[in-house]
Formats: sequence, C-alpha cells, structure tokens
Amino acid sequence: MYVAVKGGERAILNSYRMLDDYRRGDREVPELSLAQIREQMPLAVSRVMAEGSLYDPQLAALALKQAAGDVIEAVFLLRAYRTTLSRYGYTQPIDTGRMRLQRRISSTFKDLPGGQILGPTYDYTQRLLDFSLLAGREADSLPAGEAALDSAMPRVTDLLAQDDLIDAEPVPPGDPEPFDLTRQPLDFPASRAARLQNLARADEGFLLSMGYSTQRGYGNTHPFAAEIRYGALEVEMHIEELGYAVTVGEIEVTECQMVSQFAGNAEEGPKFTRGYGLTFGYGERKSMSMALVDRALKAAELGELADSPANDHEFVLYHSDNVEASGFVQHLKLPHYVDFQANLELLRRMRAERDAPQGADKQLMDEAVSP
Amino acid sequence: MTTQQQAAVARDDHYNFGYLDESTKRMLRRALLKAVAIPGYQVPFGSREMPLPYGWGTGGIQVTAAIIGSGDVLKVIDQGSDDTTNAINIRRFFGRVTGVATTQSTPAATIVQTRHRIPETPLAAGQIMVFQVPIPEPLRWLEPSETETRTMHALAEYGGMHVKLYEDIAQHGRIATTYDYPVIVNDRYMMRPSPIPKFDNPKLDGSPALMLFGAGREKRVYAVPPYTRVKSLDFEDHPFEVQSWSEHCDLCGSRESFLDEIILDDAGTRRYVCSDTEYCNDRQARQRPDANPDEAAA
Repeated sequence: MYVAVKGGERAILNSYRMLDDYRRGDREVPELSLAQIREQMPLAVSRVMAEGSLYDPQLAALALKQAAGDVIEAVFLLRAYRTTLSRYGYTQPIDTGRMRLQRRISSTFKDLPGGQILGPTYDYTQRLLDFSLLAGREADSLPAGEAALDSAMPRVTDLLAQDDLIDAEPVPPGDPEPFDLTRQPLDFPASRAARLQNLARADEGFLLSMGYSTQRGYGNTHPFAAEIRYGALEVEMHIEELGYAVTVGEIEVTECQMVSQFAGNAEEGPKFTRGYGLTFGYGERKSMSMALVDRALKAAELGELADSPANDHEFVLYHSDNVEASGFVQHLKLPHYVDFQANLELLRRMRAERDAPQGADKQLMDEAVSP
Repeated sequence: MTTQQQAAVARDDHYNFGYLDESTKRMLRRALLKAVAIPGYQVPFGSREMPLPYGWGTGGIQVTAAIIGSGDVLKVIDQGSDDTTNAINIRRFFGRVTGVATTQSTPAATIVQTRHRIPETPLAAGQIMVFQVPIPEPLRWLEPSETETRTMHALAEYGGMHVKLYEDIAQHGRIATTYDYPVIVNDRYMMRPSPIPKFDNPKLDGSPALMLFGAGREKRVYAVPPYTRVKSLDFEDHPFEVQSWSEHCDLCGSRESFLDEIILDDAGTRRYVCSDTEYCNDRQARQRPDANPDEAAA
C-alpha cells in the first residue's frame, strides 16, 4: 500500500549529519579556524557583517564557516542571531572625517588636502593567478610608513559644500531618533533614513546591477566618485549615568560619496547632488553601488523623470534584501502539491471541455476527464 | 492512538519562551488585536528575522510565537500533512523554544499552524488557526505597487478583481483561480486566504475558530474572527464552486476530502489519497475493527 510521502524526523536529523560532513570535507585536511577566516578572508567577513548588519568579525567568520562559504547563508545566520540581541541604545553618529584611513581616493580632484592614498586595493593589480601562493609563498611583512597621514582629511563633499555647490543635508530639526528598519515595517513614501538602512543591508549583487543600470541609461545620473574612503573609527555611546560619551569599540567602514549633476528646477538653481554609500568593513564595490542607487532613488524628489527601475522606491527597496529573496525563491522547494493538484484538476477540466463536442452535457465532460 | 505527545525535542533554555522577546510578542499581539478588530485588513508589523527562511513560514511562526502559552497544544501541518519536512521542522522549532505538547489530532490542538490547507475535521470554538502567508495582498497581480493597493483597499476599489474573474470566464468558460481564491471578509475587505485550495474557502465562512494570518517577509498580519462572514468572489450566473473528484481516497475511501494525486509508475498509473493525513488515518483507524467491505474494497 502506498504510504504518504513522509519527510520523517529521522531523515531530517540524518541530513543535518550529512551537511556537517559535507561542510567539513576531507578530514585529512586541517580544519579552518575562525582566526584564519577572519584574518585571511576579510572581504568575505566584511560582506557578511555589512549585509548581516552586525559588526562582529568573529561571529561573521563563524557564520562563514558554518555556511561552508555560502555568503548569503552566512548573512542569514548572522541576522537570525542579531534579532535575539537586546538593544541597549544608540551610539553617537560616527564622523567619517575622523577616520584612521587605510585608503582614500577622489576621482573629482587631482589633489586635495590629505592627498590620495591608494592603500590595499586590487585596482591596479594584473589579474593573473599568482602561482607563488599555490607554492605557499608567505606575504612580506609591511615596513612602517615614513610619515603619519594627515590627521585632517576633510571629505570632498564638505569642500564642495563650502562653495554651496552641493545640496546641503542638514540634520533634521530636533534630530529625531532614526527609523529602524529591523523594528518597523517599511512604508511608502520611505524616508531617506529608511532607504539608506535598506541599501546598507541590501545584497551587493542586486545593488551592483541596479547601479550599473543607471550608468547604462536606465535613469542616467551622471555620477562622479567624489570620494571613497576606508578605515577605522571609534564608536562612542553617551552614557546617561556618566553624563558624557565613552568609546565602546572600533569599527572599520567604507564610505563612498558620489556627486551627480542636477539641472535645477523652478525652486533652485543647478547644483551637485549626493549619493551616499556606507558599509561595515572593506566593501568598496557595495558602497559605490549603494551611492548610485541612493542617488537614483532621489530622482522623484528632485523633480526628475524617475521612470527607470532604479528610481522606483518599491521595486528597489522591496527586492534588495538577499535573505528575503533567497528564502522566497527557495521556498519553491517546499511541497506545493495541494495547489498543483488544484491546477491540474482545472487544466484537465478545461482541456476536456475544449476537446468535447459542442453542447455536450457538462456532467459528462467532467466524467470524461477522470482517468 | 495517543492524541498528545510531549515535544520530540527538549526545551532549549537559551531562548526565551517562544523564541521572541516579550516586547516583540507584545508588538505582535497589538497588531493581531487590530487585525481581529478590522477583519480582513492587513496590519503592518515589525516582522523579525527568524531562524527559518523567509517564505518558509516566518509569518505564521511569529504569530504562533506571540500567542502560544505553556498550556497550549500545537499541531503543525503543511499540505494537510503533519509529516512533511517543513511541518516537522516548525514543530521541532516550537518544541525547542517552548516545550509545549504537540499533536497530530485536530480536535486535540488549541493552535493549528498550517500551510496551504484547512483540516477536514471541523474546527471548534476556542481553537486558533495560524496560516503561513507568502503574499498577503489579493490585488498584487493586478497592481504591483503597495502604495496603490493600500489606497484601493481604503476605497474598497475591488472592481479590477471582478474584471479579472470575468476575463477568466470569457476566455476559459469558468473562473480559472484554483487556490488563494479571493474572498470578501465581513462585507468589507478583500483578502487572500493564503494558498489554500478554493476547496477550503467555505471552511473560513462563519468558522467558530479564530483565523490568524501571518506574512513575515511582507510584514503583515490579518485575521478572520470567529463567526465572520467570508464570501468567495463570484457572479450570479457563475456561482463559486469547489473542486470535486470522481475518485475517492485510496486509503480511507473518503469522497468528501481534498485528494492528492500520486503517480505510481512510468505508465502514469494514478492513485488518489487524502491530502489531510490525520483525517485519513483517523478514518482508517475507525474502519479497522468492523471494516466495511464495500469501502475497504472501493
């Protein structure tokens, strides 16, 4: 006799064991330590922290290990852990102007106060596989720099703001508590704060493609990378009992400020407008893409045409999250046989009606479809 | 047959009862109270990231987590079956984070979390059905924008859906929607009943049980309170009708239940069995002592 398809608890438990075995691979090969992942795959760790919206390199490394290197799965693990954490309060806004920089470039000025600092980048490498790494070459240790970087590294957009050439972005009156996307549902029209939070958590690939689409003509924004900077920042929290702010830790961030031309409208003259991108860790591609999409989402507010996919708030913000998207796409693996059966029944009925002679009794047709 | 069993997994004390923290549960309960007060209206809520993937029941799980108490008895079904992998996984999750008793028996359950079916066994007053909802918005395929659809609900502007159903009739001679069939709740809001087959729609109408719907990814909850009118959309000359089979269940002989089709071999030999496994097992058990030869042979 047929027994209904049973997943069975035992099958599930066995699949856990097989997964664990698959993740570990050949036991002859030494197991990866979290320190190795954290130190030697920092860009993967950065991405998991950024999209997982939790700054914790150790846990991000754990997530990557547990996810067997699947970045989106690791993001999901970190997010699910993040939900369980208590919220003690908000830190002071970070000032990226006070960053301890590793890298800082501007594509809009040849030189600028503080200078251009390439730092660690793949940009000028020739993408040839380095077989010396295969042979186990150790990286040389880095000699200490000759001179310390300038402590003042003004942001390029601040320099433009001095000349009133770029849209001012003042703190809203009363400095209200920011919208919190992880506690409140997104609603429309979405505030800029909500949009930026959404983009900061968004999938890098999605933002990359959306940003790219604006460059190819689906919502042209004529962007310039005014500045990209990557480095470390102290995070401060105001402690009520002490009456002053104390440093609670240090984070690495990557910031990108794009400027785009704006033709002006009835109210204001032509000026530059900003697109802003910020990620945890070192995430240049993501922060640049984010800045492009942020600017594209401003189009309607600036009275621009706003008819491209990247200008559509609902389209961008509802489809940017890879944990949501991955879950919903993959839910198609769940059984759907009830709905499929309902469709099958209808399809057979309609085909039978189509094939049956005109005017035949409906009851007869329904009988005819049964096998 | 034991109607109740302790959870198959041990309660994990690292997590708060029901996994969510108490303030999140309170936020959810407030949203649910609003949903009950405005039947069929989609209430936005601050959906949390759950340790199960979006699209796999996170809305239903959050609703259940918000309402479940230590005395509750939980049943979880998927496609009408207690034994499908995701139903087992969700049942294990609640075992781990609540330690409540679970059951496969519909009458013994105080909360039934479901995906895609309503049990064949009629529900009673005091029971709560929790539906996992993928897309809560009935107008979504007519209008992709949430801003627009919320306005359409506010104005009860539902003509487009009638036009769509009419186009079905014009093209196919009948309404071609077979599941997630739109309903009007309490003569006001249009609602998606979640992807249950339209076969189950009549069970929503005037049910003595409370029906709660949770969409985690889309961050909405909605409800049908007990004894509320739920009308499936139709036309006077094309009244709403449910699926029927000329076959009967191969295992229990039922001619009233929703049947799943099983393909047995390469030649396309088919059998039909109840989608609701508990209903089917129960009928088989009752037939055993004095088996009716007609039904058994049927």
